[in-house]
Amino acid sequence: MDNGTGIGARVKRKEDQRFITGKGNYTDDINLPKQTYAYFVRSPHAHATIKKIDTSKASKMPGVVGIFTGDDVAADKIGGLICGWMIHSKDGSPMKAGPHPILAMGKVRYVGDHVAVVVAETKDLAKAAAAAVDVTYDVLPHVVDVAEAMGHKAQVHEVAPDNRVFNWSIGDQAATDAAFKSAAHITKIDLVNNRLIPNAMEPRAAIGAYDTGMDSYTLYTTSQNPHVARLVISAFHGLAPEHKLRVIAPDVGGGFGSKIFIYAEEVVCVWASKRIGGRPIKWTAERTESFLCDAHGRDHVTHAELATDAGGKITGFRVHTKAAMGAYLSTFASCVPTYLYATLLSGQYNIPNIYAEVDAIYTNTAPVDAYRGAGRPEATYVVERIVETAARELKMDPAEFRRKNFVTQFPHQTPVIMCYDAGDYGAALDKALAIADYKGFGGRKAEAAKRGKLRGIGFSAYIEACGIAPSAAIGSLGAGVGLWESAEVRVNPVGTVEILTGSHSHGQGHETTFAQLVSDRLGIDINNVSIVHGDTDKVQFGMGTYGSRSGAVGMTAISKALDKIEAKAKRVAAAVMEASVNDVEFKNGTFTVKGTDKKMAFGEVALSAYVAHKFNSAEIEPGLKESAFHDPSNFVFPAGVHIAEIEIDPDTGVTDVVNYTAVDDFGNIINPMIVEGQVHGGIVQGIGQALTEGCVYDKASGQLLTGSYMDYQMPRAADVPSFKLDFTCTPCPSNPLGMKGCGEAGAIASPAAVMNAVTDAMGLKDVAMPASPQVVWKALQPMKKAAE
Amino acid sequence: MPAISMKVNGQAVCGDVEGRTLLVEFIRDKLGLTGTHVGCDTSQCGACVVHVNGKAVKSCTALAIAHDGAEVTTIEGLAANGKLHPMQEAFREHHGLQCGFCTPGMIMAAVDMVNRLGKKLDEDTIRHELEGNICRCTGYHNIVAAVKAGAANM
Amino acid sequence: MENFTYHRPASAADAAAAMKGAKDGKYLSGGQTLIPALKQGLASPSDIIDLGGLKNSGVTVGATVVIKAGTTHAEVAADAGLRKAIPGLSALAGGIGDPHVRHRGTIGGSIANNDPAADYPAACLGLGATIHTSKRKIAAGDFFTGMFSTALEEGEIVTAVEFPIPKKCGYAKFPNPASLYAMVGVMAAQLADGSPRVAVTGAGAGVFRATAMEAALAKDFSAAALNGVAVAAKGLNSDLHASADYRAHLITVMAKRAVEKAK
Repeated sequence: MDNGTGIGARVKRKEDQRFITGKGNYTDDINLPKQTYAYFVRSPHAHATIKKIDTSKASKMPGVVGIFTGDDVAADKIGGLICGWMIHSKDGSPMKAGPHPILAMGKVRYVGDHVAVVVAETKDLAKAAAAAVDVTYDVLPHVVDVAEAMGHKAQVHEVAPDNRVFNWSIGDQAATDAAFKSAAHITKIDLVNNRLIPNAMEPRAAIGAYDTGMDSYTLYTTSQNPHVARLVISAFHGLAPEHKLRVIAPDVGGGFGSKIFIYAEEVVCVWASKRIGGRPIKWTAERTESFLCDAHGRDHVTHAELATDAGGKITGFRVHTKAAMGAYLSTFASCVPTYLYATLLSGQYNIPNIYAEVDAIYTNTAPVDAYRGAGRPEATYVVERIVETAARELKMDPAEFRRKNFVTQFPHQTPVIMCYDAGDYGAALDKALAIADYKGFGGRKAEAAKRGKLRGIGFSAYIEACGIAPSAAIGSLGAGVGLWESAEVRVNPVGTVEILTGSHSHGQGHETTFAQLVSDRLGIDINNVSIVHGDTDKVQFGMGTYGSRSGAVGMTAISKALDKIEAKAKRVAAAVMEASVNDVEFKNGTFTVKGTDKKMAFGEVALSAYVAHKFNSAEIEPGLKESAFHDPSNFVFPAGVHIAEIEIDPDTGVTDVVNYTAVDDFGNIINPMIVEGQVHGGIVQGIGQALTEGCVYDKASGQLLTGSYMDYQMPRAADVPSFKLDFTCTPCPSNPLGMKGCGEAGAIASPAAVMNAVTDAMGLKDVAMPASPQVVWKALQPMKKAAE
Repeated sequence: MPAISMKVNGQAVCGDVEGRTLLVEFIRDKLGLTGTHVGCDTSQCGACVVHVNGKAVKSCTALAIAHDGAEVTTIEGLAANGKLHPMQEAFREHHGLQCGFCTPGMIMAAVDMVNRLGKKLDEDTIRHELEGNICRCTGYHNIVAAVKAGAANM
Repeated sequence: MENFTYHRPASAADAAAAMKGAKDGKYLSGGQTLIPALKQGLASPSDIIDLGGLKNSGVTVGATVVIKAGTTHAEVAADAGLRKAIPGLSALAGGIGDPHVRHRGTIGGSIANNDPAADYPAACLGLGATIHTSKRKIAAGDFFTGMFSTALEEGEIVTAVEFPIPKKCGYAKFPNPASLYAMVGVMAAQLADGSPRVAVTGAGAGVFRATAMEAALAKDFSAAALNGVAVAAKGLNSDLHASADYRAHLITVMAKRAVEKAK
């Protein structure tokens, strides 16, 4: 229907009213009666044996309700944190997962590791008592750098003597080597994908409450997937069966992956509440704790080689990556540098032979797991940096080199599992070149040179696989869960609708886009639709929001449930209007009977369904409520071309992004306003990776040097420009809405675009990320000397 | 514990505080006005910005006890008589928020910006003036557009 | 943070008395540095003596400029008289921290704290200011004695800062990209008597004068005069964001920009 709120409309967000008036309801905004406060005692060492934990002084401090350590966890047989994706090494051996107790048992393995928890009447009292917990450590050798960790004398887990979690490979090694043997040209590059700290603006928080009367638990937590949290806490930590555990993720202030995972703190809060007689326990991370303990992202060291023939066609690609896992395997850590990474190494290109090998390696750092893009930014970075480098070496225009190698026939089976279903990469390139005025770049570069600036341009023709994921396929690859999504459509007797979705919104605007779909399909006012999510007691089991899946998977589940609603409503309408169901049509919110002037509004049918006076309830059940579980048949493949144009001030090393163009193919779009917002945010996270953000651990001490906003540079408004966005559209064939995913694209595309521009401006093969002023200035010095 | 009183969003309030109680703790915990957020511990993110005696300050870097007698406006006090402030309206109109966590501080900072610099603001000025507020979701593009439009409508 | 006893004296004498009576007292002015330090447990005073009750703020422009200690950065930046008299100082104040911090931070608090990355010490040293305290007047050159340390004696309170009006001056800052504190900040001035001053903050353990640059500018107060004139890297700060070499380089770049800006 065309009421300005249907599919494709720039509908203003329904959720905004509460956020712009300060009425959002985030976990830390919630306070329960008789609530206590947790503060964690954390390891000051990167690696140490715990000799003794003396709580005698702390336990006598004012306001202390309880102090718990790994001994208490062991006594209650609370299981450790898990990694839910089994990866097997090349030699067939399973990945080496070390123990990860919710409070340390005998050892700490990174600075910030959770050692003990103090529960007290106020946060200040808890913090003061935590400082009085006396832990005696025996410091062990540590290693924080992934490039050095394999075989290092510091052994993070006994189960992995050389610190290697797995040695995994994909593709045909022999065929790829053969392609290199016959190559006309080989391009080689060494790249570091810098470690990032997610930094959702809302710090993680949890409130755990045990109900002594009901013998049940409630956990409020900052989660992107409350059902998965409940499943894991129930099945693996063994706290309580699922029907005795309610997990609520209310308004969540950004996730970017970091709130997918099940963390020690939330499990501790809900477990320890029973230990203190059922008083709720609240924990809210200080930003410093977020830096230390949220799962970090990226941290790859890669060597890549690209083979081309005499005509400039890519014939082979081989990659070796060392991927840091941190000190423990986080919830989905193992799939990030494998199936979310190396399966995208074909990029947008027709590459007949690809072989990649990945060593996942423990380091004495915070765990590394999915962060916006998760594996796909790393893949795009490798592909797009080496393609750009190859074009330069072959003295070909980088745009035309790409075009020459684009996949143009679909479906396209890559040598690394993925089967691309639809796309038009040339169309996006053409559009991007026009918007970015590629032809005029030479003139702009010359003009910049007159001002003493170095100007560069860089491309990133990215592809990603999202809408994760077909359950059977990922199950065969080691996933411990299925990644379908669920929906329930509840039509009320007055014709208003509640959608219960397993997806979770933490900024994506589901309350609006999901309602647009329903409004469009049922022909009802968008204000008569509400979206319910984030509470395991209200919503059926669902898998949550990550991997740009809520549109393609979550909305398809809603769409399927709406199909059922329509079918049922037609039966009711047919009965009431005394017509054959085959003659009932539904359009614009009205049921009509073919060839007659009989009609019923959707609301009338809903009421009839509940009143149930006018049909035989032995044939038609009363009520109007349907549910669906949707398991996708394939990944979806958003792709596009991003072009960055930058200027460097050689006097200071400062890089300014002066123009940025993004042309994306997300298939059909429900709400362009929201999609554009997702792209903007993603681009800036990627610019952050390229130019400003880098997590640094001190090699000597193992301490996190970038542990606050004083040292970790979050992109600010003045660090980035406004963006030029446009879209192309090849509808996705694997879901009825034709949607791909848009949540991660910006962060996947932009680091390579920016760094290709930086290296173009500087005339260098590589510059390390983040290309901070200091890094750029230092890289320029040898060139200056040479020029003198 | 000393008692303090102040006017918050036009209403007289009072409460007992410790010396160390931060203004943001008083606002959130004692007054239950949870629209003002805490996003960092080093006075950088700006999620906690409120107006004290008409000027934007970081309420995480202010002692409550020092504000005895002050007039404080939080995000909850911006809409008047059920009508959104033009800056609130502009953030919605221009999709200047996603997760909403930084939004109260952004809006309070934006209103203060207009109070100081007037209603005609160019992009460079807006970006520069937002240096005390961090957003992780929007990439700032739409925040800048929202501030510009909101300023014009104030 | 740990609790403390809070005082809000109405006079400098009462403030000094409160300090004297405290086991480990600290003066609080705008609190934009002290409160974060308290929150991080870097300082745990027994008593906080809030100087806000002294109501000691305002800018007076006469033969010299006198800025009372409790004047916020925003008030300094907004003062029309100052903008005419010493536009470089006005601009410096308008670039400290961010707008919210400028509403709270004060000149007295800033210089008494003497953070090595603060902006005001460069202005004081570069313009040859005199620090007025509850006990005496101290020349800027004698006031800043090293990292977070000053000539202030126990209980002594900064009451005002007096700036002679230079012929011209300019301040150029290269902020630490994360914290926005000065990684290198240079105040370049041509004083009333024509003599140049170059004061550098952010780069070393405390604010210092770049005497070689001053000598170069004495002959010709122009950016070109600083070509090839550098501060030695040895002894400069070195951290994640800037090595000593890079800082030394930036000092020259910022000094030239400061001279270009000078008015």
